[in-house]
Amino acid sequence: MAGLENILLQHPFFRGLEAQLGVAVSGCGRNVRFEAGERLFREGEAANEFFLLREGRIALEVHSPGQPPAVLLTLGAGEIAGVSWLVAPYRWAFDGRALERVHALGIDARCLRAKCDADHDLGYELLKRFLALSIRRLHDTRLQHLDVYGQPGA
Amino acid sequence: MSAAALDAMVPTPSRVVGRTREVAGSLTVELVPEGGAIPAFLPGQFNMLYAFGRGEVAISLSGDPADRSRIVHTVRPVGAVSTAIANLEVGGVIGVRGPYGSAWPMQEALGRDVVVVAGGLGLAPLRPAIYHLLRVREHYGRVIILAGMRRPDEILFRNELEGWRGRLDVEVHVTVDHADPGWHGNVGVVPALIPRASFDPARAIALVCGPEIMMRYAAGTLQDAGVSPDRIYVSMERNMKCAIGLCGHCQFGPTFVCKDGAVMRLDRIAGLLSVAEI
Repeated sequence: MAGLENILLQHPFFRGLEAQLGVAVSGCGRNVRFEAGERLFREGEAANEFFLLREGRIALEVHSPGQPPAVLLTLGAGEIAGVSWLVAPYRWAFDGRALERVHALGIDARCLRAKCDADHDLGYELLKRFLALSIRRLHDTRLQHLDVYGQPGA
Repeated sequence: MSAAALDAMVPTPSRVVGRTREVAGSLTVELVPEGGAIPAFLPGQFNMLYAFGRGEVAISLSGDPADRSRIVHTVRPVGAVSTAIANLEVGGVIGVRGPYGSAWPMQEALGRDVVVVAGGLGLAPLRPAIYHLLRVREHYGRVIILAGMRRPDEILFRNELEGWRGRLDVEVHVTVDHADPGWHGNVGVVPALIPRASFDPARAIALVCGPEIMMRYAAGTLQDAGVSPDRIYVSMERNMKCAIGLCGHCQFGPTFVCKDGAVMRLDRIAGLLSVAEI
């Protein structure tokens, strides 16, 4: 478990996390690998795991009937794939597909949610980190939506 | 107006000797002055280009500062003057005066990691700095080029970006705001690439150019990553007329963009960047 704990604490998302909280989170973790094209998660399915990406990139995609998937965002090493695990009804909003071989630390969300319910310090710490992540992605999406390079003079 | 100032207002007729159609209607033009030497320029500087009968516009130099055989500009047609320039054919003549303005801090960056953050056509004013960095590569730490573009088919200088990415001593990341099915690269805004890049924020210097919204956001992300504002440089764009600090058209708070910029240090203008009416 010390190996997973070290991996977790070295991941940028969990940098500075108290050691005992790191033990709690990594206790729900496992090393996972996905080959290019494999799905990490699918829209509508239960969001019971999230991923600390260590190597490789994934795409967040959305499907329309008869259309190729639209890639909304790509994520790479040092980033987190999956926020839906934290908020009811715990269902994925998009597909997550590996663009190349991906190594990640998968965190069992049911395990972690139970620990957060039992230990509010842990829950608050995770909420702060995931809220900051969600706000950053919201800002990114707004900027992306602005289409700044399409404006005259851009 | 002094004689020197008057001289600075006189354009040199320059002939188009080459033109390359770039993405999204933009054009790279190569110019040679008629009967005169090609003035040296520093990365980040601009010229005033005069389309006869239409008017003048400030355009950053986008060529290699070490190449003294021609003057290179990349122009996107957005108004009457830039459209006239973008429609020039080889053999056409326009007026050129310059170079003007401040430069990217290539001296201050010596020995440091250099993070180049470009958005859209903002890659053009940064290209001379990239040429310089790669020419004297050994004088700098890590060199990182982050480029954000609108769509995969609107990636400016794509061949060069691919060439730079092929080098073992440069880290290049390109992202697009809107992907199409054939695109296998990054999707998302260019500031999101900053945390993925491998540089030491305590010793890095950042050069940022693109739409002002993107620059504000990139500057914020660079600061979040630990780069101090006195090591973040942005290239501002305002309506420049005289280009020598006389007319005041490009006033930006207490500064003139033509004379004190276009390249400006973030800590000196940070308070102004978020003021909508400037």
